[in-house]
Amino acid sequence: MALSGMRGLSVFISDVRNCQNKEQERLRIDKELGNIRTRFKNEKGLTPYEKKKYVWKMLYIYMLGYDVDFGHMEAISLISAPKYPEKQVGYIVTSCLLNENHDFLRVVINAVRNDIIGRNETFQCLALTMVGNIGGKEFAESLAPDVQRLLISSSCRPLVRKKAALCLLRLYRKNPDVVNIDGWSDCMSQLLDERDLGVLTSVMSLFVALVSNNNEAYRNCLPKCVKILERLARNQDIPQEYTYYGIPSPWLQVKTTKALQYFPTVEDPNTRRALFEVLQRILMGTDVVKNVNKNNASHAVLFEALALVMHLDAEKEMMSQCVALLGKFIAVREPNIRYLGLENMTRMLLITDVQDIIKRHQTQILTSLKDPDISIRRRALDLLYGMCDVTNAKDIVEELLQYLSTADFAMREELALKAAILAEKFAPDLSWYVDVILQLIDKAGDFVSDDIWYRVVQFVTNNEDLQPYAAAKAREYLDKPALHETMVKVSAYILGEYSHLLARRPGCRPKEIFAIINEKLPKVSKPTVAILLSTYAKIMMHTQPPYPELQEQIWAIFRKYESYIDVEIQQRAVEYFVLSRKGAALVDVLAEMPKFPERQSALLKKAEDAEVDTADQSAIKLRSQQQTSNALVVTDQQHVNGSILGNQLGLVKMPSQKMEASTHNQGLTKENGAVSKVDPEPTPSADLLGDLLGPLAMEGPPAAPVSGEKNMISALEATPDAAGALALATVGDQSNSVQPIVNIAERFHALCLQDSGVLYEDPYIQIGIKAEWRAHHGHLVLFLGNKNTSPLLSVRALILPPSHLKMELSLVPETIPPRAQVQCLLEVVNLRASRDVAVLDFLYKFGTAVVSVKLQLPAVLNKFLRPISVSAEEFFPQWNSLSGPPLKLQEVVRGVKPMSLLEMANLFASLHLGVIPGLDTNPNNLVSCTGFYSEGTRAMLCLIRVETDPSDRTQLRITIASGDPTLTFELKEFIKEHLVNIPMSTHAPAPAPAPAPAPAAVPLQPQSPITPAGYTDPGVMLAGLL
Amino acid sequence: MGIRFILLVNKQGQTRLAQYYEYLTLEERRALEGEIVRKCLARTDQQCSFVEHRNYKIVYRRYASLFFLVGVDNDENELAILEFIHLLVETMDRHFGNVCELDIMFHLEKAHFMLEEMVMNGCIVETSKTNILAPIQLMDKAS
Repeated sequence: MALSGMRGLSVFISDVRNCQNKEQERLRIDKELGNIRTRFKNEKGLTPYEKKKYVWKMLYIYMLGYDVDFGHMEAISLISAPKYPEKQVGYIVTSCLLNENHDFLRVVINAVRNDIIGRNETFQCLALTMVGNIGGKEFAESLAPDVQRLLISSSCRPLVRKKAALCLLRLYRKNPDVVNIDGWSDCMSQLLDERDLGVLTSVMSLFVALVSNNNEAYRNCLPKCVKILERLARNQDIPQEYTYYGIPSPWLQVKTTKALQYFPTVEDPNTRRALFEVLQRILMGTDVVKNVNKNNASHAVLFEALALVMHLDAEKEMMSQCVALLGKFIAVREPNIRYLGLENMTRMLLITDVQDIIKRHQTQILTSLKDPDISIRRRALDLLYGMCDVTNAKDIVEELLQYLSTADFAMREELALKAAILAEKFAPDLSWYVDVILQLIDKAGDFVSDDIWYRVVQFVTNNEDLQPYAAAKAREYLDKPALHETMVKVSAYILGEYSHLLARRPGCRPKEIFAIINEKLPKVSKPTVAILLSTYAKIMMHTQPPYPELQEQIWAIFRKYESYIDVEIQQRAVEYFVLSRKGAALVDVLAEMPKFPERQSALLKKAEDAEVDTADQSAIKLRSQQQTSNALVVTDQQHVNGSILGNQLGLVKMPSQKMEASTHNQGLTKENGAVSKVDPEPTPSADLLGDLLGPLAMEGPPAAPVSGEKNMISALEATPDAAGALALATVGDQSNSVQPIVNIAERFHALCLQDSGVLYEDPYIQIGIKAEWRAHHGHLVLFLGNKNTSPLLSVRALILPPSHLKMELSLVPETIPPRAQVQCLLEVVNLRASRDVAVLDFLYKFGTAVVSVKLQLPAVLNKFLRPISVSAEEFFPQWNSLSGPPLKLQEVVRGVKPMSLLEMANLFASLHLGVIPGLDTNPNNLVSCTGFYSEGTRAMLCLIRVETDPSDRTQLRITIASGDPTLTFELKEFIKEHLVNIPMSTHAPAPAPAPAPAPAAVPLQPQSPITPAGYTDPGVMLAGLL
Repeated sequence: MGIRFILLVNKQGQTRLAQYYEYLTLEERRALEGEIVRKCLARTDQQCSFVEHRNYKIVYRRYASLFFLVGVDNDENELAILEFIHLLVETMDRHFGNVCELDIMFHLEKAHFMLEEMVMNGCIVETSKTNILAPIQLMDKAS
């Protein structure tokens, strides 16, 4: 036996197997890796046999999950070995250890080609298999013609041709141009005449790939497929070897049936008749038998036939046979068949006129929703979701709600989401809808995203009849002992607006409402605190003339929160406090929210998007339904993590204004995908208050009654619209008819601080970025997603790199197919420090519109920084040795956005400037240390010190030192930009006199000479050195 | 694509054979193997053979102490894959005679050869046991 020759391998495997624990195993493996490494080093002494043995050991180690980062060359070199056993190992191990992008593979292209065009069949097979498994673009270009020749050659034996077929499939996927459609449809048609079932099985896979891309071109092959199916179904001329438990190759039957699902229709009447005969035979002739394997195999064919019948939307009679079969399947005990029954019934739902028949099985399906097997529960849930309409929504949703209390964790999120969507889509009346959502929040609050409760508020606001009901419900829930925070939010909001409608009911006087809401205040998170403050303001507004006692209580809270750590809350507290002293004017300012403009539900939109997104490429459009669940959950999580809280719903209304959300507010709404049209014009900056209150979600520009506040608030200093400062992004935009639906400048800013997110989005395209940074290298993936059902054409992406970056963008396809996402790689190498920003010049056509945008790319200075944590002993000598300009620069920066030290430390952390606490004794100072990576200098240490003045947070002094004058200067300017320019969405300006949370307020001290004694204390020492 | 990976894992969760048809880094593999082993091994015999994981499915089958797990795209025919696993086992059986975990473990290379004759680039190449085993028998004869 071949193995007897590799005793060393057996010994090693059994050694590893005998290891008592993971630690021992690791030791044994490390030892072996060391051994192999040394043996490979003096390769000369290795016999081919030894090489082979070691390479197998490597593969075994790799399989166990250990990294094997050497020896790849040795494995590859075996490919060129003259003898079969070595060659075989070389090929197999190479395809296991390497991937198509591995540089080493280029080395062997020639050797592989020689094997492919050579005379030795076994070598040909090995080479074709490896290329079929890991061949990349380069292989496609250099090998495709040879592989095609083998596939259609009449002198080649089946064992080579079957591999050539799948090898060609791989090369075609890497580069579709390698298969010339004109010539190939005839070739393909001939290939389908093949008698050998092995070759036919492989060819069918190739055919499915080709036809899924262009069914029109291969229409001539359709009758051939039907012939194959006939031959198999009638068991004509099928060798025993290809019969599995009496069934002629079930896998080929399945594949052929799948191929037929890529043709929209079967037009030729003869072919159609023949096909339907076969399908009828399968549908009716499949019996349940005792033998499990036979049963599975025949049902595999049956389910595929069902899918084809559904796809062809055949005659009524045949369709009802299908439904009847599926109805039988979902009732059987055998779990596999039941699972598939449910799955296929869900697919069937897309054919409209079977909906009623499926509804008859509702009770049966509800039973499966409680099955012990989560796979089956998931299918049942999807089916229920799909079959829900106005007539059965109440039953189904209530069933889902009931199940929610007992459902296991893995299902809850999906359940909650689906219940919410169904309730919204099919609510027979709105009070029922409100009931459902409140129950949802109560039972599974963690999984109810903000979208959902925003929607409730929108409905309640827009429907007067609903308001007292919703308020009463909200009040009821507040009595429950343990309340989910989302419930606190929604009840507080609703009661703030409408509790006065309940005033006569017991327990609903303003004082009582306030008291019960205020009980929750100490336990809730910041966004909820913000909502509660608004609620208090509203309660005050509704109690005019005021109850002095209540007023005092609320004022006390406002005053307390004036110095709260979160600026958003600070600002609310300050403003509500001042506003509430306006007396009667308060009633105008804080009047009830007007109706929301009718907007599409964010939730439903997400659901729709998710459904269409998954529909591409699939043979049967019906798959979409079943995949919705996953897709939804994914999109939703992104949202839940989003930072937009409390912004979507305004709580304060400015009097006598038309109700247009301020731009800022709208922009945010956009991000949630709620509205589809944008007004990109920034609000004129004269609208100072409007801008300031933007983040507070006040709607509309300010009016006369509040002008008194103007002075007070203007002291806070208006933040210039972030877009203004970073407006480069949309230079070319004015001429475009298509407008972005995200704030480009804001997105860029966010991406400077994070590594992934959306860079740009308009109604047609979304460009996302995901970046990885390693030392001076950046590896960015651009995701170009076409949001529409028609393709985006003439896509062009140009990178305009600044001189300090080397950038290389992979090929961007000219067309982005409908609903498809294209990924492009962008490699970045940093040469030196600079604040210049790379720009992506992006252009595409949609219909007649040509859209061209210039987008800044977040390949900015801080991406090449890595925080370093150093001790005082390491820090001071460095700091010391870099004395004075140009290596060490100091500057007093004014006009800094006021922020607490904690916030500044966070900002520094997100800029990759590692803050080192405790190095500076003065609590008002920050010291940080980071490494800057560039190709020229590799890592360069940068030291930073910021001294702040607690009595004036708008100025600070910054000192920066590094070994490179350019770096020092650029980094200083870069940090300044971030200190002075903070994006509006993340931080609203804090009131000027905001007391810092830092302890003892020590003013910025001028430097004083240090005493020798100070040297013992590193902090003091630092102060001196600075 | 069809088949994304084939994994043979024993009751203790140790990988005995792994073949991927899409490239994953070692960390991704480790994470994936950990997750699906946890999901599948906890299931009972009365539950179905399909587990949904991320955006694909795992079709699995248990033979004594060994689990065969096959990751497939969502539009793959589940039962066909389930029987393909059985075909693999029958093929191994024909070669080893009453195949067991140790056979696969100590004849790693043969297990790989068989798999390679059966699946390529995520598609089924051959379902005739005689054809699958022919190259291995040739090799056995040669040595």
